[in-house]
Amino acid sequence: MKIVVCIKQVPESTEVQVDPKTNALIREGVKSIVNPVDENAIEAALQLREAHGGKVTAISMGPPQAEEALRQALAMGADEAILLVDNAFRGSDTLATSYTLAAAVRKIGEVDLILCGKQAIDGDTGQVGPGLAERLGMPQVTFAIELEAEDGKLRARRVLDDFFEVLEVKLPAVVTVVKQVNDPRHPGMKNVLKAKRAEVAKWGLDELGAEAKQAGFDGSPTQVIRVWPPEKRSEGKRIEGSAEEVVEELAKVLGEVG
Amino acid sequence: MAVRLITENCTGCKLCPRACPYGAIDMVEGKAQLNDNCTQCGACASSCKFDAIVLETSYTPEVDVDQYRGVWVVAESAPGGHGEFRRGTLELLGEGRRLADTLGVELAAVLLGDGVAEMAKKLFASGADKVYLAQDPVLAHYRTGPYTDVLAGLINRHRPEIVLVSATPQGRDLAPRVAARLSAGLTADCTGLDIDEGERLLVQTRPAFGGNLMATIVSKHARPQMATVRPGVMRALEADGSRAGEVVEVPVHLDERSVVAKIVEISQQETDGRVNLQDAEIIVSGGRGLGKPENFAIIRELAEALGGAVGASRAAVDAGWIPAYHQVGQTGRTVQPKLYIACGISGAVQHLAGMSSADCIIAINKDPAAPIFNVATYSIVGDLFEILPALTKRLREGA
Amino acid sequence: MDFTFNEDQTAVLEAVKGFCDEELAPKAQETDEAGAWPAENVRKLAELDLMGIPVPEEYGGLGMDFLTWSAVGEELSRACTTTGAVFGAHLLAVAPIMMFGTEEQRQQLLRPLATGEKIGAFALTEPGAGSDAAAVATKAVLDGDSYVLNGTKIFISNGGEAEIYVIITSTDPTRGARGMTAFVVEKGTPGFEFGKDEKKMGFASLPNRELIFTDCRVPKENVLGRRNAGFLVAMRTLGVGRIGMATGAVGLARAALEAAVPYSHQRHQFGKPISSFQAIQFMVADMATEVDCARLLTWRAAWMKDQNMPFEKEAAMAKLYASEVAMRATTKAVQIFGGYGYTREFPVERYMREAKLFEIVEGTSEVQRGLIANQVLRELNH
Repeated sequence: MKIVVCIKQVPESTEVQVDPKTNALIREGVKSIVNPVDENAIEAALQLREAHGGKVTAISMGPPQAEEALRQALAMGADEAILLVDNAFRGSDTLATSYTLAAAVRKIGEVDLILCGKQAIDGDTGQVGPGLAERLGMPQVTFAIELEAEDGKLRARRVLDDFFEVLEVKLPAVVTVVKQVNDPRHPGMKNVLKAKRAEVAKWGLDELGAEAKQAGFDGSPTQVIRVWPPEKRSEGKRIEGSAEEVVEELAKVLGEVG
Repeated sequence: MAVRLITENCTGCKLCPRACPYGAIDMVEGKAQLNDNCTQCGACASSCKFDAIVLETSYTPEVDVDQYRGVWVVAESAPGGHGEFRRGTLELLGEGRRLADTLGVELAAVLLGDGVAEMAKKLFASGADKVYLAQDPVLAHYRTGPYTDVLAGLINRHRPEIVLVSATPQGRDLAPRVAARLSAGLTADCTGLDIDEGERLLVQTRPAFGGNLMATIVSKHARPQMATVRPGVMRALEADGSRAGEVVEVPVHLDERSVVAKIVEISQQETDGRVNLQDAEIIVSGGRGLGKPENFAIIRELAEALGGAVGASRAAVDAGWIPAYHQVGQTGRTVQPKLYIACGISGAVQHLAGMSSADCIIAINKDPAAPIFNVATYSIVGDLFEILPALTKRLREGA
Repeated sequence: MDFTFNEDQTAVLEAVKGFCDEELAPKAQETDEAGAWPAENVRKLAELDLMGIPVPEEYGGLGMDFLTWSAVGEELSRACTTTGAVFGAHLLAVAPIMMFGTEEQRQQLLRPLATGEKIGAFALTEPGAGSDAAAVATKAVLDGDSYVLNGTKIFISNGGEAEIYVIITSTDPTRGARGMTAFVVEKGTPGFEFGKDEKKMGFASLPNRELIFTDCRVPKENVLGRRNAGFLVAMRTLGVGRIGMATGAVGLARAALEAAVPYSHQRHQFGKPISSFQAIQFMVADMATEVDCARLLTWRAAWMKDQNMPFEKEAAMAKLYASEVAMRATTKAVQIFGGYGYTREFPVERYMREAKLFEIVEGTSEVQRGLIANQVLRELNH
């Protein structure tokens, strides 16, 4: 099976700070990691490769430092990694991102399955997976908690709010996975060191044969016009005293909350 | 965006007329041809194996925004076949009403399904002026392909300026596919919507970074302006049964053979209570501090006394004390209740991610250093085994 | 002088920290309370290629240095003291085989140890030979092509679970230290049995077993190093062991510090977090400074070994200091936690019980002081 995993490098902590003067995110001193559920996607790909043979390619659209995230994918066991990097990709919203990723998948060619994590912890949109599927004209299966592939078909159990749904589609398809799908392996040190020395290919707009007007800022219909930190939760109130006193106070509070 | 036929490649296989919901493809002398029914929905392009039909989704601001008028809400049925809608649908109609009134346009709901015509009444009662009703056996259960095809076609034909979808799993599966098909701007999980009347723009507010950052977003040039909206945030209108509206029946003919996804099985999640956790306004949640599975009875009783649902931390679920359905947190579910009572839950970051947007949080824990106290509206360092049963009793007496 | 790790070391440590935080630390209390060999953790260490860090790649190891081994050991120890202890004890079989093994022994023994397929242990201590290491009484008598071993070892870490043992015996009792020989003996060898596992003050899940040799026949190819050169094997191994113990103590002290500080912010008394009181602040400052000192001493000793410089004194200093820091830091941590610190609800009481081990094992603090004194008295004697 030829599997492509789309990953994103995100800040480690979602406890972000905004510069009050410029309203821009303060990025210094914030460590970058692979988006956690993307690790689950990589693990799912590796498990499928172990079961069916084939190749796992990790791709990511991002700035040059996103290479680190791809090395993590290599350390986990991906066969190759490609970074889609170009100034033209800057300012992409989810539509432009799916455009660029789709161009990369087409260039890789003959892909059987594309795996993504459900959503990224910074953007929190979950839109790139379906957008990518649409661009590639492939079926999509979102929120997969279990998946198996056999004879050109994929069967996945999806977790929805109150029920599970088992869906079957023909490959190639795009699948987004949720955290509960597996426990991503910790990379062994030999793979960590091998990944450090590996080549990460870098593709830009030209290599992808993509159009500048569909990528990056120009290709993004949505624009962020303002960011601001939400109101801080005010200090909570302590309810103290004996159990009876606490219960009385709570009953009052509950009456108010209605 | 256009659907283009490349006649040289057409082999006359007839997959496309079968896939077209609108009966817009005729076979003329063995080759496919589009007629006036075409809504550019793109279903044919998805079905063609010979690259004879291409959907050109070039994003360029070519759209004439003034051609787009109206606010739409995509309705979603609640599971179980009781003829109810998910809470988000009614909430969106409430919000949509406000937006439509500000813009001076019509509010319409889109209802897809099979045998759902009776449900249109509820949509009018909650604020819709019009319901676009598309019925077909293929639409009985949600699947991405047919729902995308029909919705995209409807949007192309009727050109609403705003399309709102509740950010349920279904909504978050459907909206981005439709948005990509239409090259429309889509904002995810909005918690606030407004109209900039000067520019006639939908101003969308949403949380990013797990809620640590708020962002305001607009789609200046692309139409429709699409948004998925977080359930539990907007207010539905008081249902007014006397409200009437217009049902527009959309003739669609779908073919099961053209649908790429087969539903093999639908199964309920194992749950431990009657109140639906996802939509609950009050949740009483238990964690490791309960000590043993039998003690969840204390939680259940308080939840019942309050008319709420039962939640749990990952620790409790991992220990097998309560089914995974009840798990609140990063690897469980995210809830937006009015009231969340956390009992014997330490408040690990992963748990907080699932419940910190609750309006009021009451935390009871005997460990004064429990991080849950950082987000609690009311903090109680005490013994839950003393407090909860007494509280339950007090509520039952007081009632 | 560059105090930073290089890229490879950094990459390895990042990966190890992730593993520690996600897999080891959350279950550390449970691992200890189970009172059983932490098989799952040990298996994971093997899967992560951590059991042969300084072993050359040709023998299945990572081909990195002892400094890296120490830094990794510190992270493991901080996350889960039991796992850190198994990790350290294992290397005490690896190190002598690396240093003294014949090519054939290395080929045969290092690979399964380096891949974690087999666990190692080192056995010197006997009921009558503690600090007085030369008083080893386990006899090894040459009989044809093999040696026959008779005697008892006690307190052997990883004992019973390990498959490969490096045993220090007396081959020529009349010559004392110069009559000792090291052997490799594998589990399952007839005449080699395990006795009781000690119930200890801490480290309930670390086996510290008795090894009983009763007419145990061992081929003479199993001599490690040369006959009667066993004391050297023991001393060199203990040098590595000292670095290992220092590493474990630093990890433990760090765990104590890292538990105490957040608690001090959460705990309010007199209307304030206790971290705002100078008494607590000074404790924290002392703990942090001492942990850092202990760690730097440990790194320095490991570095010197990697440079093939004599490092016995520096290793002794590191072990002596780090073990005493661990004792102080864990005691302070319990103090900071106050009443709660004395309960089983929080890990600090366990840390304090664990810390005592480091002042005793692999050469007591007294032995370390003696060694350091000997060296310094010689060096500074003009």
